[in-house]
Amino acid sequence: MQATSHITEAERLMTICNSCRYCEGLCAVFPAMEMRRAFSSGDLNYLANLCHGCGACYVDCQFAPPHEFDVNVPKVLAQVRNDSYRSYAWPAFLQPMFDRNGLAIALVTALSIAAFILGFALWHEPGVLFAETGNFYRVMPHTTMVTIFGAAALFALFALTMGYRAFWKDIGASGRSANDAPSLWQAMKDAGSLRYLDGGGVGCYNENERPTDNRRIYHHLTFYGFLLCFAATTSGTLLHYFMDMPAPYAWYQLPKLLGTAGGIGLAIGPIGLLKAKFARDPDLVDTSRLGMDTAFTVMLFLTGVSGLLLMLLRVTPAMGLLLALHLGFVFALFLTLPYSKFVHGLYRFGALVHYAMERRFGI
Amino acid sequence: MREGDQARERKEVDVLVVGGGNAALCAAIAARWEGASVMVLEKAPKFYRGGNTRHTRNMRCAHDEATDFLTGPYTEDEFWEDLSRVTQGHTDEALAKHMIAESKAMLGWITRQGVRFQPSLGGTLSLGRTNSFFLGGGRAMLNALYLTAEKLGVEIHYEAPVTDFDLVGGHCRSATARIFDQEVVVEAKSYVVAAGGFEANIDWLKEYWGEPADNFLIRGTPYNRGDILRLLLDKGVQPVGDPTQCHAVAIDARAPKFDGGIITRLDCVVFGIVVNKNAERFYDEGEDFWPKRYAIWGRLVAAQPDQIAYIIFDARSIEMFMPSLYPPIQAESIGELAQKLELSPEALSDTVNGFNASVHEGTFDHTVFDDCHTEGLTPPKSHWARRIEAPPFYAYPVRPGITFTYLGTRIDRHSRMQMAKGGGAENLFAAGEIMAGNVLGQGYAAGVGMTIGSVFGRIAGEEAARHAGH
Ligand SMILES: Cc1cc2nc3c(=O)[nH]c(=O)nc-3n(C[C@H](O)[C@H](O)[C@H](O)COP(=O)(O)OP(=O)(O)OC[C@H]3O[C@@H](n4cnc5c(N)ncnc54)[C@H](O)[C@@H]3O)c2cc1C
Ligand code: SF4
Ligand code: SF4
Repeated sequence: MQATSHITEAERLMTICNSCRYCEGLCAVFPAMEMRRAFSSGDLNYLANLCHGCGACYVDCQFAPPHEFDVNVPKVLAQVRNDSYRSYAWPAFLQPMFDRNGLAIALVTALSIAAFILGFALWHEPGVLFAETGNFYRVMPHTTMVTIFGAAALFALFALTMGYRAFWKDIGASGRSANDAPSLWQAMKDAGSLRYLDGGGVGCYNENERPTDNRRIYHHLTFYGFLLCFAATTSGTLLHYFMDMPAPYAWYQLPKLLGTAGGIGLAIGPIGLLKAKFARDPDLVDTSRLGMDTAFTVMLFLTGVSGLLLMLLRVTPAMGLLLALHLGFVFALFLTLPYSKFVHGLYRFGALVHYAMERRFGI
Repeated sequence: MREGDQARERKEVDVLVVGGGNAALCAAIAARWEGASVMVLEKAPKFYRGGNTRHTRNMRCAHDEATDFLTGPYTEDEFWEDLSRVTQGHTDEALAKHMIAESKAMLGWITRQGVRFQPSLGGTLSLGRTNSFFLGGGRAMLNALYLTAEKLGVEIHYEAPVTDFDLVGGHCRSATARIFDQEVVVEAKSYVVAAGGFEANIDWLKEYWGEPADNFLIRGTPYNRGDILRLLLDKGVQPVGDPTQCHAVAIDARAPKFDGGIITRLDCVVFGIVVNKNAERFYDEGEDFWPKRYAIWGRLVAAQPDQIAYIIFDARSIEMFMPSLYPPIQAESIGELAQKLELSPEALSDTVNGFNASVHEGTFDHTVFDDCHTEGLTPPKSHWARRIEAPPFYAYPVRPGITFTYLGTRIDRHSRMQMAKGGGAENLFAAGEIMAGNVLGQGYAAGVGMTIGSVFGRIAGEEAARHAGH
């Protein structure tokens, strides 16, 4: 199988790197590697998920292709990492979602949008779709919305937890308690700042040997945009239930402020990331997984943009359809979280926690 | 204009730099800062640019106090003591001291050119005070220098070997190069030559070493063939250095012929014994700390039959040194190990038994001169001697790995080449490996190669620019 050949290659590379160590100061992967002399597949999955793919160790490697040692750490670790997402996915019968991930996500999304349109039309008279009410809950009652999305979110949360458990066990960390506070805090800082996506200080590498920092900036826009949108929804739910303040909200109210900022982040960040991805030196990329990368990024973009549009065009006849679209994107996004590139953040964070603990307590 | 010149492209520039490693780039950048127009001609394709510099990890510079990356001060005096000790006095004292003095400003200068440093790498703590390690290694360092040179407007060509100099007396009128197979004549006001040693030219090595040179492995770039050095010496530049002197270490015999780099080195000699193809020991493996003895084993193995040797140790030592590229050869008995190595099992058993019988085991500690040594054995093992008795047994085959050669062009403190007939060349300067022999008559101290390149590169660049009227 492909996955085993990727693991074999990663093991070969780590043996080379461990004899060399020149890249030690670039990121967390090499210091973690130096704590070992031999590499099990769990070790390699850990190192692969610790790698942020900044590209520095490729541009700096004297043994990179065309050298006969053919050392390409970013690419091979990306392959191992992407294989690992599939192997941790729960339930197991959904693991093939990762095989043709772009297609899978597109299908789920299309179905989910269709379901919302159909739902709106069936539960009410079709006219509701085009009514100029400006009130979401006339199209879909709030309770229904909360129930559907709550269920999807709970499912995703459970599946993600199962995946994380599989990961934690695989990387040999199960003996450790996962809640050492200083390690968690360290990992949060490292993940939140994308500390290791900076090529050891000058910026990540994309097209060539000239470092840029664009990917980090775009990733921040995307990630924090996503968080803000999530916060917007949560604050809306809280206002609804606890303060008796149902939507719609004015532009200066919390859900709107958060949602607008987040939506803008999600509209810009993913475009930047995609542009960078396609401009990237293909030598650095696991090209067979471009579908997965693209699908998740596009989903975030569409969620953000449809949300913004919905806000702008709420009191027009377009509202009903836009709402169906937006809810369709959000629903599909949540449902597929455990089977999309989203998991990279989860396992990356876990790897950073493990790394912080190894630094504190040794391996 | 000579015959045939019409067909060639001509280019003019203030300073022409020949080569593309640390020395060349430091020269190019320094000359450009002085305001000169600069062209760099590098023989290798872009990926292999900067020959041996690609493989380096640190440089040795004097400094008065500890820094973020250096654990303590390393004074000029101490640097000089180290250098005169390793070369056993075979160095141009005035020039060496000049280099050491200039090395102090080098860390700051080269940092301003974009090179970044880090504390010493895992497994190299003994160099943490004296040597500054490049963040990301030598290729990262080179990438930074190239970026800076490009930003400053230095014209750089790859796959552009220089093939001739029009050199009359001490004046160079032009250089001929092949740039992407197009012949080009470059007329420069001054020339900095930083094209490395001749280590990759086996035929040339054979002139001094004879047939054994066929068994040498070349640790770095295949492009340092000494073509420029030969040209210059043939055209009246004064040589310096003993042609058999070079930096040579014992590396894994399974390494590729060229460019195997750092990962083929072996740090386990002090933990075992080293035998030749007759299964006989030939040198004290525990004479001194490994970093201090690292650079003698290349020559020692070169003197053995067929230029091959085997480091033999047992299970107790396997995790005591840095891992390397190839796994050790492993066996459950010494006899089996000998068979795998194609040595005589009786002879190897005899050697190991004889060694074991003479070991006086004390308290083993490889971080100090311990009291584990042999008694009544020739050659002795003075420290870290432990019986080889715990299976599995291991062996690494080793061959001489040539790092770089010392024969070069004589220079003065301005990096100006000296002519065999006496006097300095008017507009020819040299830096790096190609003049290393001025400072390194023999021996080596880790990190000095890069010091020579940076310090004399910078001097050469500045002097070349000055000569060009800047
Ligand atoms: C594995 C290894 C590790 C090392 N580690 C260290 C270390 O950690 N610290 C240290 O101080 N030293 C180290 N050295 C030694 C160090 O590499 C050299 O001393 C140093 O790089 C020499 O720099 P240079 O610029 O003179 O030569 P190089 O960097 O070798 O550059 C010479 C350049 O000239 C080019 N060239 C050759 N012929 C021509 C021609 N005809 N026309 C145009 N260009 C030509 C070559 O392509 C090459 O790029 C190491 C060497 C090796 C092999
Ligand atoms: S990527 Fe290359 S330079 Fe970096 S540690 Fe590995 S082998 Fe060494
Ligand atoms: S690509 Fe960047 S993060 Fe990944 S191993 Fe290399 S240097 Fe580290």
